[in-house]
Amino acid sequence: MKIRANLLIGGVLFAIVVVAGLLAPLLAHTDPVMDANLMYAEEPPGAEFWFGTDAQGRDIYSRVLHGARISLTVGIVSQLINTIIGVCLGLSAGYWGGWWDDFVSGLTNLMLAIPSLIFALAIMAILNPGLTSLLIALGLTNWSFTCRLARASTLSLKSQGYVQAAKVLGYSDIRIMLTQLLPNMLGPIIVIGTLGMGGAVLAEASLSFLGLGIRPPYPSWGSMLSDARDQITTAPWISIFPGLAIFVTVLGLNLLGDGLRDILDPQSRTRRI
Amino acid sequence: MTGLPLLEVKNLQISLAVGNTLFHAVENVSLTIGRGETLGLVGESGCGKSITALALIGLLRPPLAVTGGEILFDGRDIRTIPPREMRKLRGNRISMIFQEPMTALNPLSPVGRQIAEMFVLHKGATWNEAEKLAIEALANVRVPAPDRRVKDYPHQMSGGMRQRVMIAIALACGPDLLLADEPTTALDVTVQAEILDLIRELSSAQGTAVLMISHDLGLIANMCRRVGVMYAGHIVEERTAEDIFRSPRHPYTKGLVASLPLLGARARHGRKRLQEIEGVVPPVSAFPSGCRFNPRCHMASDICRIEDPGITLLGQSGLVRCHHHG
Amino acid sequence: MAAFLLRRLLQTLPILLAVALIIFILFSVIPGTFASSMSDDGRSVIDAQVMERMNKEFGFNDPVYVRFGKYVAQLVQLDLGTSFRTRQPVTKVLAERMWPTLLLTFASMLFSIVIGVPLGFIAALRPGSWIDTLSMVGAVSGLSLPKFWLGLLMMYLFALVLGWLPSFGYGDGSLRYLILPSIALGVAPMALLARTTRAAVLEIMNADFVRTARAKGMSERKVVQWHLTRNALVIVLTTIGLQFGTVIGQAVVIEKLFSWPGLGSLLVDSVTLRDIPVVQGAILLIVLSFLVINTLVDVLCAIIDPRIKYT
Repeated sequence: MKIRANLLIGGVLFAIVVVAGLLAPLLAHTDPVMDANLMYAEEPPGAEFWFGTDAQGRDIYSRVLHGARISLTVGIVSQLINTIIGVCLGLSAGYWGGWWDDFVSGLTNLMLAIPSLIFALAIMAILNPGLTSLLIALGLTNWSFTCRLARASTLSLKSQGYVQAAKVLGYSDIRIMLTQLLPNMLGPIIVIGTLGMGGAVLAEASLSFLGLGIRPPYPSWGSMLSDARDQITTAPWISIFPGLAIFVTVLGLNLLGDGLRDILDPQSRTRRI
Repeated sequence: MTGLPLLEVKNLQISLAVGNTLFHAVENVSLTIGRGETLGLVGESGCGKSITALALIGLLRPPLAVTGGEILFDGRDIRTIPPREMRKLRGNRISMIFQEPMTALNPLSPVGRQIAEMFVLHKGATWNEAEKLAIEALANVRVPAPDRRVKDYPHQMSGGMRQRVMIAIALACGPDLLLADEPTTALDVTVQAEILDLIRELSSAQGTAVLMISHDLGLIANMCRRVGVMYAGHIVEERTAEDIFRSPRHPYTKGLVASLPLLGARARHGRKRLQEIEGVVPPVSAFPSGCRFNPRCHMASDICRIEDPGITLLGQSGLVRCHHHG
Repeated sequence: MAAFLLRRLLQTLPILLAVALIIFILFSVIPGTFASSMSDDGRSVIDAQVMERMNKEFGFNDPVYVRFGKYVAQLVQLDLGTSFRTRQPVTKVLAERMWPTLLLTFASMLFSIVIGVPLGFIAALRPGSWIDTLSMVGAVSGLSLPKFWLGLLMMYLFALVLGWLPSFGYGDGSLRYLILPSIALGVAPMALLARTTRAAVLEIMNADFVRTARAKGMSERKVVQWHLTRNALVIVLTTIGLQFGTVIGQAVVIEKLFSWPGLGSLLVDSVTLRDIPVVQGAILLIVLSFLVINTLVDVLCAIIDPRIKYT
């Protein structure tokens, strides 16, 4: 069935990337940053250097493997931050209403008016490039959808019987939000989270490509492609593998997200983003 | 009733294809409607009454399909009519109105145009002529200020109004048969009676036969001369409305009649619990063996669990399907 | 209708102001931004006197609200300040770069609509067929491709190996230079539109009013033409509006890759060189463009869909 295929293929692809990242130190042939031997610069793929070498003589295969760690870290952590921010804002806005709701809704609309890459760019502009800055920047840009979802779910669940019952029983607001409301919206949140991870990986790659994310010599797939651009006439193979890695990772996450959506959120009318 | 009946359904079987298996959602259903006659079809949700109606107008879509029996409309078997010809029949000689007036009309098109379409499609009218005829049609269904409302969009109308538009569309070309699938279920109670009256008046004025489908036995009894009761894809009883109320023969019918809350019953009979039929309608994939009603039936005996009762004809034009009828 | 347009445009003003505020907070208030921008420029530690002079010149010693007031006042007069780098008015710098970005954005959206929407239609009208499966697999792949990777590969193949198209730059503004960048930028929106259109068409095919249309005796072709297309388009149009925003944002990367002289590459260069006024101005302009385009799309929706009240 179509549904299973999504989940299966997506899961497998993502698992491969995760394993590659986790086992990178074991699977890699060289140190991705230090082992740079200009004698082997720009070697095409071969027996010794499976994916070839770059302009600094570094083994691309090892760099791609280690790049998985960076991309996955950014993808998972930043999306986690996004989800937490989105859920906190959306839940509280929907639950308490009033001026707080107005404020959060206004903020959400504002965020939606600014293209996310531009916003991330702006934040990276004032922070020093690096992993932490990247996590902060990406963690602050993609929470709008989760927020809207959480708010909408809260508004519709708020009037349910069991929530009223909990209030009458004297549960504190926070307790109600966490124990009654949150569990009932986990499905769609997980779906958006998974798809968002794919987006975060792409965003990190883009920012690093622009030189505003992870800077060389660290093996970010994005910055590797930026180098590759300069070498495109002399060593075109450098362009293939980092990009392929990004593609496989994001494809896996997208398929996984789609598959999860079919299970967890069947009547979802959210746009397929 | 003399002459050929307008509609004759013989042993209709409608099946649902799931993977490689065929489930028979409707089986062995036979009914007849004479010209100008009103037949009611009653049953709970899921008993197959709606898909029977869809089969009659040829609107079943995969995974549902007619897999057996004959549907004779004016002597011709609908199953053998090629699609192009069937389209000429639809809306023109057989019409259907549906349950949800809220969503049954195209939201982007003025209602006048949606009615006018009928005249252009089937009567060869030009759009100008058709627009004028549409205003007349709206007046016929008692919509006030029809010349203005003709330009309204569906969302500007109430549910009752939209249902009137639906009726106008369905009766525009003077069809011989109108299939009404729960036309009032989604409407306010006060509006329900108006709509039913409208259907009754217009159909008798135009000589249109009506198949009225509902889960409401009271409503059906008011509108129809004869009533068929459906359960789990079978017609379990078919009698005149009077007979069904006075002396229901099938345990299911008895249950339905008994569960109708009656005004003044408490004064007459004292306090009684609201009667209900225990259990739920079985899904198509899990029909019980033997008589399909047996798990919910008070009178079920061994034979009921093994053998599906066949049709027993009762006197003049009545039938029942039960081992213990009577 | 004009009133509706005006009203919607006015609604965008508060958002614009809020964005201006955020930008102001990010770049002008956070301490050290200015100082670091100067040192990153290659100069060594700034002489305290020079620093003091610059502070005076740019008004960094004034209290925050005064600075913001000045900032807004300048904005209203369409004065976005002066570029640190080139000493030219920011407005001039932006104006030069505006058209290439608009061109690129519209070209890629055109590409994505022209290919994506029909693809989605065809896939939905034959659900489960090989066309459907292939399109949807293609769509999800298109969404997962890094744009700049695709651009790089296309650049290699079509420009360097085959030599059919130029590999970078705006050139003389002719179409040849536009093709590679707009395709690279447009593939992802195309994939999304294909999926959205497919979902919309499927939803409508099963809608009640389509059933009514069939019951009227309408041919399947007429049903598709008259009922399906317009109703599906309404849904798709909203997605197109949102996609403009994504495309404008992503254009940054493509512009850098292809050395396309637009706002995006300007933004990146300015960020790298810490040319704050240009960064602020570029972001404002980009957001403004998105808001205007979105409003126009909304108006288009209102024209097609009578359910949206526009009086």
